[in-house]
Amino acid sequence: MIPVNRVVDEIPARLDPESAEWIRVLAVAGPQREAALARLHGMLLRIAQREARRRGPRMLVAGPELEDLAYQAAADALMAITGKLGQFRGESRFTTWAYRFVILEVSAKLGRHFWRRPDVPLEAEDWDRLPGRFGFEPARESEWRDLLAALRRAVDTELTARQREVFVAIVVNGVPLDALALRLGSSRNAVYKMMFDARRKLRAALAANGYLDDDDSGRS
Amino acid sequence: MNGWPALDRFLRTDPRDVGCAEAMEMLHVYVDLVAAGGDAEERYPGIAAHLRACGPCGEDFAALLAAVRDAEG
Repeated sequence: MIPVNRVVDEIPARLDPESAEWIRVLAVAGPQREAALARLHGMLLRIAQREARRRGPRMLVAGPELEDLAYQAAADALMAITGKLGQFRGESRFTTWAYRFVILEVSAKLGRHFWRRPDVPLEAEDWDRLPGRFGFEPARESEWRDLLAALRRAVDTELTARQREVFVAIVVNGVPLDALALRLGSSRNAVYKMMFDARRKLRAALAANGYLDDDDSGRS
Repeated sequence: MNGWPALDRFLRTDPRDVGCAEAMEMLHVYVDLVAAGGDAEERYPGIAAHLRACGPCGEDFAALLAAVRDAEG
């Protein structure tokens, strides 16, 4: 993985007029700032509600609980934005920078809600889900049976204990990555990195045994 | 050509992939570029590779882009 910080350094920190106005009114206490905060909160809330309603059903969150989640996400995002105003460098429009906070808040809060479900599998391993997960048709079982066995063998022999735990939770049991990161006291980035390494190892093992092509450029 | 495209796609990794932390740090910049019709993939290939492979980050990208486009009317 490569850093992109050097790209940031090349971006001129010029503010468009609308962003400059947001920064100007939010920087000084007074009625203008209060009005701007109220307007920004309204914008954040609309985004939070739309995202919560779109993603909520998948996480079995609905009704007043979902509305509360959206309000909390908007409030927390507004607090983060005002606290980090000095970090806005004008690399994007101010509103795009601000909206990012509320989107990430909704993601994080929905991840926490996942564990309130009564049917969450973690220890159990339902390997029978995998054929469906990867579009293996039952009628072609004679063709994919060996591949699936090889994949399962590679999961057991090629991965570290932690990589196996993450792979089984996400791929076999269908636990969302954000929810798993929370459960492990980790981060989205760290869990993704573990899955990245696991995917690379598993592909190499399957390619070595002739189940997949050798080419792993991953580029499209 | 593999007979198992979904598994093949899932297991493929792109060495340019910057990971979640870097992608989320730059998400607003990337989204503004996409919304403006710029070639974000060419300018930030590592972020593009990550957003293709990471479900949660891809979903956040789509959500932020939708919010920006919605605000533009």
